Amino acid sequence: MMVLILMVGIFQSWNIALSIFNLCLISAVMTMGANIQWGYAGLINFGIMGYTALGGLAAVLISVDPVQEAWRAGGFDILMSLWLIVVMVLVIRFILKRFEKSKIRTYSIAAIIISGILLIRFSAEPGIEAIEAVDPAKTGFLGGFGLPIIFSWIVGALFAGGLAFIVGKVALGLRADYLAIATLLISEIVIAIIKHEDWLTRGVKNVIGLKRPAPYEVDLQTTDWFIKLVEKFNAGKLSVIENLADRQAALNQLVIEGSSVFVKLCYSGLFLVVVIILLILTQKALYSPWGRMMRAIRDNEEAANAMGKNVVKQHLLIFILGSAIVGIAGAMLVTQDGLFTPGSYRPMRYTFLIWVMVIVGGSGNNFGAILGGFVVWFLWIEAAPISLFLINFFTAGIPETNALKAHLIESVPYFRFLLMGLGLLFIMRYRPKGILPEKIEIK
Amino acid sequence: MDFVNAIILLLNYIFIPALTYGSQLALGAIFVTLIYGILRFANFATGDMMSFGTMATILFTWYFQSLGVSLGVLPTALLAIPFGIIFMIFYMLLIDKFVFKYYRNQKSPPVQFAMVSIGVMFVTQAVVRIIIGPGDRRFFDGEKFIIKAREFKEMTGLNEGLALKSTQVITIFVTIVLVSLLFWFLNRTKTGKSMKAYSDNEDLALLSGIDPKKIVLVTWVIAGILATIGGALYGLDKSFKPFTYFNNMLPIFAAAIVGGIGNPFGAFLGGYVIAFSEILLTYAYKKFFMYVLPESMEPNSLVQLLSTDYKFAVSFSILVIVLIYRPSGIFKGKVL
Repeated sequence: MMVLILMVGIFQSWNIALSIFNLCLISAVMTMGANIQWGYAGLINFGIMGYTALGGLAAVLISVDPVQEAWRAGGFDILMSLWLIVVMVLVIRFILKRFEKSKIRTYSIAAIIISGILLIRFSAEPGIEAIEAVDPAKTGFLGGFGLPIIFSWIVGALFAGGLAFIVGKVALGLRADYLAIATLLISEIVIAIIKHEDWLTRGVKNVIGLKRPAPYEVDLQTTDWFIKLVEKFNAGKLSVIENLADRQAALNQLVIEGSSVFVKLCYSGLFLVVVIILLILTQKALYSPWGRMMRAIRDNEEAANAMGKNVVKQHLLIFILGSAIVGIAGAMLVTQDGLFTPGSYRPMRYTFLIWVMVIVGGSGNNFGAILGGFVVWFLWIEAAPISLFLINFFTAGIPETNALKAHLIESVPYFRFLLMGLGLLFIMRYRPKGILPEKIEIK
Repeated sequence: MDFVNAIILLLNYIFIPALTYGSQLALGAIFVTLIYGILRFANFATGDMMSFGTMATILFTWYFQSLGVSLGVLPTALLAIPFGIIFMIFYMLLIDKFVFKYYRNQKSPPVQFAMVSIGVMFVTQAVVRIIIGPGDRRFFDGEKFIIKAREFKEMTGLNEGLALKSTQVITIFVTIVLVSLLFWFLNRTKTGKSMKAYSDNEDLALLSGIDPKKIVLVTWVIAGILATIGGALYGLDKSFKPFTYFNNMLPIFAAAIVGGIGNPFGAFLGGYVIAFSEILLTYAYKKFFMYVLPESMEPNSLVQLLSTDYKFAVSFSILVIVLIYRPSGIFKGKVL
């Protein structure tokens, strides 16, 4: 796999190779999250998109500087509504604890929720409008805490885990395929909220220019040690050029290229650390008594239950853990892009593609998950060039003006769906356990 | 007079659009439910299969248009739908033979089927996009309106206009005919009854000499008819874009489950439940109250429960609530 990425580096450019590599690492983290749920415990979670987006939201809320003006304009109303939500939840909990299950209880809870939502809407409305009116072209939202963006990786995990707790509480009792549909729809609801609550996330107006954990290219290009480094690396190439002015120009070009490669390398380093930590932890978990129990629950729920294992609790736990890992990946993704675009969260890319990675890589095997993330992401990106090459190869005899050929070349971007679909179908058929199947050594 | 105005307003902005949208969802939901009841899996390729059928219909429509064939005031697409259906059924049987049959023989668990259907979803999506492209396509021709809003106002002297698009009437009419035919088939013919039996208890049905191959074939044929017509009607009424069809899968699932999955009649009603709740909850009632209430009590705000951005979220929330409190659906599922 690394050879393939190196080949991209040599034939296309190091920049592309590194961005593929970085996204491969992020995909690997997401896949590990989904793999924990599906491979360890047999829980099907089609809500990966929602957790990814929440991780991204965490990156925004942590790193962006707070917008003081917006806080003054509507902060009070927002805090009031938050307080109202807390009160509502507490009241419902109290009712659930205090009274026996009955029709009246159900109806009164429904009434509390509906009136609570109306009340919150009316109390928050002026605040939201005031916040969104604050310099809408640049801010128009509350901003965040202005902390280094690295913290958001942890906070993203917490957010995603929190959502998973709520989702798990309500939906985990469902049958497998119902659970898939329910989680898919819940993730759509999450995206709808992130897209349209402008006071919190700027919605479809996007948040750009997030802080970085890595240096900026522009700064690097003016730093002495970096220029020297590039000079050293390319000494052979540069010494060929006789003219001093030309040599300087070539060096400048190299420095510009080198700076973006360097920044990407910084990200790769950070992401690699995350992947390795997660890999060690998940491997340890897999071979621990806890992992054994999870497999027992997956393979036979009733038997595990009869042995005194709390199936519901363990399911909830693993659902939260897996989702939290996906949340980390979501925060990493936004960190690397430096922007948060709620409109770009689509189930095809963030849920189904990740599932293809899990299935192709091998469910229940952490190395399989990482491999799946790498292979599938690589193919997803490189499918277009590959299919372009194939089309040109097979239609070499046909003139350029041929309508069919032109049409095919025009629709090259969609061959990636075909490739993914066929790949998934073939793996499911001939290697249902994935490329690297689950392998449990009994020690 | 104000009261009549208010009623017309609701008819124009809520009732008729919801009825149309509900019909389109209902057809899709029956499709989902049939597949679930008889082949026993949640078909994640639903939206894309519908878009495939629509694509076939569009291609035939273009072909007829290039030949100069038309139906006058009716859209040419109606003529193209039967050909689209044949194409669709052919595609579905092909997929069944090469993909689903293997897992059926293996008696794989439903989850595996669902995963496989995701593979089919990817492939179908690619095929549709490669053939017709990802863009927006309008293929409607013929008379657009039956009643125009302005004409209606002049005719009745009311303030509020009632616009009735021909696609809306066609959608509702076709849905009623198709669904009645389907229920007649399921409840009155021998094949329909054997399908019910198969869905109820597979082993028992096999014991009483029902041919499973025939059941599967008939299911795919019906599914093809429903998918193509549902998709084509949606495309006629709005426009055809592969991505919207993929997204429509979610409210369709919601409708099928709300109605009780496996139960075609429930799915039919579920479509309307979803459509009406989506539109009722996101409509701004300000104008309605202006007509109904005396002037002093007129509302200042839009009187909108949720902003229209949350349209999809409404149906999903309904679904989640139904799943949690009544997993078998409002109309008790799995009886077919």
